[in-house]
Amino acid sequence: MAVIAIDNLVKTFGAVRALDGLDLRVEPGEVHGFLGPNGAGKSTTIRILLGLLRRDSGEVRVLGADPWRDAVRLHRRLAYVPGDVSLWPNLSGGEAIDLFGQLRGGLDRRRRDELLERFDLDPTRTCRTYSKGNRQKVAIVAAFASDVELYVLDEPTSGLDPLMEAVFQDEVRRIKREGGTVLLSSHVLAEVEALCDRVSIIREGRSVESGTLAELRHLTRTAVTVETARPLTGLEALPGVHAVRDVDGRTHLEVEPAHLDELLGHLVRFGVRALTSAPPTLEELFLRHYGADAADGHATAGAASSESRAALR
Amino acid sequence: MSAFAGTGRLTRLVLRRDRVRLGIWLIGTPLLGYALAASVSGVYPDDAARHGYATTSASSLVARAFNGPIAGADLGAVVVAETYVTLAVTVALLSTFAVVRHTRQNEETGRAELLGASVVGRYALLTAALLVVVGVNVLSAALLALALAGTGLPVAGCVAAAAAIGGVGLAFTGVAAVTAQITVTSRGANALAAASVGLAFLLRAAGDVFGDVNADGTRVDSAWPSWLSPLGWGNQVRAFGGEQWWTLALPVALLVVAVAVAYALAERRDLGAGLVAPRRGPARAPASLLSPAGLAWRLQRGALLGWAVGVGVVGFCMGVAADEFNTMIAENPAAAEAIAAMGGGANLVDAYLAAMLALFALTIGAYVVQALLRVRADESDGILEAVLATAVSRGRWLGTQVAAAVLGALALLLLAGATTGLGYGIVSGDVLGETVVLGGAAALRLPALLVVAGVVTALFGLLPRWSVVLSWTALLAFLLLGQLGAVLDLPQAALDVSPFTHVPSVPAVDPTVLPLAVLVAVAAVLVAAGVAAFRHRDVPS
Repeated sequence: MAVIAIDNLVKTFGAVRALDGLDLRVEPGEVHGFLGPNGAGKSTTIRILLGLLRRDSGEVRVLGADPWRDAVRLHRRLAYVPGDVSLWPNLSGGEAIDLFGQLRGGLDRRRRDELLERFDLDPTRTCRTYSKGNRQKVAIVAAFASDVELYVLDEPTSGLDPLMEAVFQDEVRRIKREGGTVLLSSHVLAEVEALCDRVSIIREGRSVESGTLAELRHLTRTAVTVETARPLTGLEALPGVHAVRDVDGRTHLEVEPAHLDELLGHLVRFGVRALTSAPPTLEELFLRHYGADAADGHATAGAASSESRAALR
Repeated sequence: MSAFAGTGRLTRLVLRRDRVRLGIWLIGTPLLGYALAASVSGVYPDDAARHGYATTSASSLVARAFNGPIAGADLGAVVVAETYVTLAVTVALLSTFAVVRHTRQNEETGRAELLGASVVGRYALLTAALLVVVGVNVLSAALLALALAGTGLPVAGCVAAAAAIGGVGLAFTGVAAVTAQITVTSRGANALAAASVGLAFLLRAAGDVFGDVNADGTRVDSAWPSWLSPLGWGNQVRAFGGEQWWTLALPVALLVVAVAVAYALAERRDLGAGLVAPRRGPARAPASLLSPAGLAWRLQRGALLGWAVGVGVVGFCMGVAADEFNTMIAENPAAAEAIAAMGGGANLVDAYLAAMLALFALTIGAYVVQALLRVRADESDGILEAVLATAVSRGRWLGTQVAAAVLGALALLLLAGATTGLGYGIVSGDVLGETVVLGGAAALRLPALLVVAGVVTALFGLLPRWSVVLSWTALLAFLLLGQLGAVLDLPQAALDVSPFTHVPSVPAVDPTVLPLAVLVAVAAVLVAAGVAAFRHRDVPS
C-alpha cells in the first residue's frame, strides 16, 4: 500500500485554482522528490497531506488514513520540516527541539545530541538570534530525532551551506536504510538527483511527470558533440535528431534515446575523431517542463529557460 | 562629513514609513491635552473647588505620587496636576519606541545592512531617526501650547507646560538613542528604555512624596530625588506657578550628552552588534515546558508578571486613596456624583471601590485580548502550522490558550481586589476582612472577562483575518459604553451590549447569581463556536 496516495486533488483559494487534479504516489521505503517551480502547489499539497488545509475534492490517503479527519493520529507517525521555519523568539533552540519532539510523541535523545553535533547547532542560543539556516536546522534536528515512518520535508535545505547540505543528505540516506519514507520537496536539483528514488514534477497544480530518474531520462534527449574526418551530411534526414549546429568544426546535436543507435551508425561513415555524449540532467528535465510551451519547439524552450533558471536559484 | 551621507534621504524615508503614526502623535497629543484641560475646567469651575483640589493634592501622598507636586490653586496648576503625568509618560514612550524602531529594529531586520551598503554614512540612520523624533516632539509641544491657550489659560503657563512635556520627549529620545546601541534586539532596547521611564517615574514619585508643602497648603516643593528624574524636571518648570524657565535646559542637556554617547558607541561597534551579548537559554527543555499548557505558561508568564506588578501597585494605592476620597468628595459634589453614577449604591466609599474594581476588570480585559490574540500572531508567522503538524489537536491547542488567558485574568482580578482591599484595610483598620471581601468582589467580574475571551475565540475561528482589529474594537466599545454610556444617557439596550454592564457592582450592591450565570453561558457558546469553526477551517488562513 502506498504511503501517500493522492488522486485528482483539487484545492481553490477564492478564484485561484491552486491544485487542479493533482496525482501523487509515494511507496514505502522510498525517497520521493517533489519538484515544481514557485507557486506550482507544492506547499499547498503538503499542507493538505498534514491536514492543515481542507481539500475541495479528490482522494487523499496518508499511511492509509484521511489526513483531515485523522490528523492527530497520523502526526504521531510523521515528522514535518517546513520551508520557512518560524520559532518562539524567547525559547532556546534546544527547548524548541525538545518541545516539537515531545508534542509529536517523544524523540530519541541520543540521536538528538548526535544531530546537534553533526549540524553544528548551538542549542543554548535563543531562537530570536538564529539565522534562517539555523532555524531550519532546529526543525531538521527535531524531525530527524523522531522515530517515525514518514518524513515530509518542504524545501528543507534552502538556508543550509554545502557542508550542512552533505550532512543532511547523509541523514536522509540513514532514514532510507532504516526503512523510512521521505517526501522531499526541493528546488535543489543536485540534492534530488543524489537522494531520490523517484520524482514527481508538478506545474500549475497538476502532475506533469512521475517516475524513476532513469525512466524520466528516457523522455528526454541526449546531447551529442562530434568531430569527424569528413564533413557531416544528411543528419537532418535521420529520425529523432534535433537542433543540429556546427561550431568550430564540431557538430552539436540532440537525439532521442530511441534513435541513438541509428545516429551512431550514420556517424561512423564520416570517420569519428572525437565524440562526447551527455545524459540529460534533471535540470534539463526541469527546463523542459517549465520552459513554457516546451513541446511547441526548441526555440521557445530556449527563450523561456533563462527565466526558469532564475526561478531555480 | 561622509559619516552623515544620506541623512536627508533617510529622514524622508522615516517620515514616509511613519507618516500615519507620526501624524497621530503630532495631532493626538495636543488634542488629548485640550480635552483633558477642558474637562478639568468643568469639574473644578470656581476658586473654592480649585482651592479644595489643591490642598487635597498637596496633602495626599497618593496624589503626589501619581500626579506630581501641585504648583498652586490656579486653574492652570490644576490642569497640569491632572494631565502632566499622563501626557509626559505617553510622550516619553512614543519617543523611545520611535527611535528604536528606526535604529535598532532596522539593524535587527537586516534593512540597515541593505541601506548601509548604499551611499549612507555610519551615523545617517541614527541621525535621521533623531531628527524626526526631535522634530515631532518640538512641533507637537508647540501645538499643545496653542491647544492649551485655546482653553483660555494664561499663555506663559501654557508655553511652559507644553515645553515641559516636549522636554520629557527630548530627554527620552536621547535615552533611547543610547539603549538602541546597547542591546542586539529592538525588543531589548525598548524594554531598557521603558524601564528607564519607569525608574524616572519612581524617582519623581519618591521626591514628590517626600517634598514640603508650603504655608497655605496649596503647593508642594519636591525633594531631591525628583531632580534626578527627567519626568520630575517637567514638574520643576512650575507651569502656572511662577515659571522657572531655566529647568527646560535640563532635558536639552541630557539629549545632547546622550546623543554624543550614542554616536561614540555607534563609532565603536559593528553593524548589528550590541554592547550586551544576547542571553542564552538551556540546551534542554525542562519537563514543565513540554506540553501545550507548559508552553502557554512559558509564553505568558513575562507579560503576566508585568501586569501583576502594575495591577498590584495601582490597586494598593487606590485602596489607600479610598479614605482620602471621603474628604475629597465632601468638598466636591460633582466628583461624588460621577463616582456614584459609576459605582452605584448608597455608600460612597463602597461605590468608589466598586467603580475601581469595574475599571480594573475593563483593564484586565485588555490582558485577555492581548494574551489570546497570540493565537492569531502564531498563525500569521507560521508557528501554528508547525505545532499543528505534531500530535496536538486543534481543539486541545486552542482550548489551552483560552484556559491560559482566563486563568491569567482570574489571577489578576484576585490580585487587583486583594491589593485594593489591603490598601483600604490598612487605613480603615480591617486588613484581612477588606482583602478577602474585595478580592472576592473582584473575582465576581470574571464572567465578563470570559465573554471577552469568547468574543476573541469566536473571531479567531470565524474571521481570522479580522480577529485582531475586531477584538480590540469590541473591547474599546465595551469600555466606551461603560465609561460614557451613563453620562451620554444612551438607551439601556445599547449599554446591555457590554458584558461589563451585567456584572453586579459589588461591594456597592449585593451580588446576584442570574446575570453571572447568563454571562458564563454566553461565553461558553462563543468559545464553542470559535473552536468548532477553527477545527473546520484552513490553517493558515
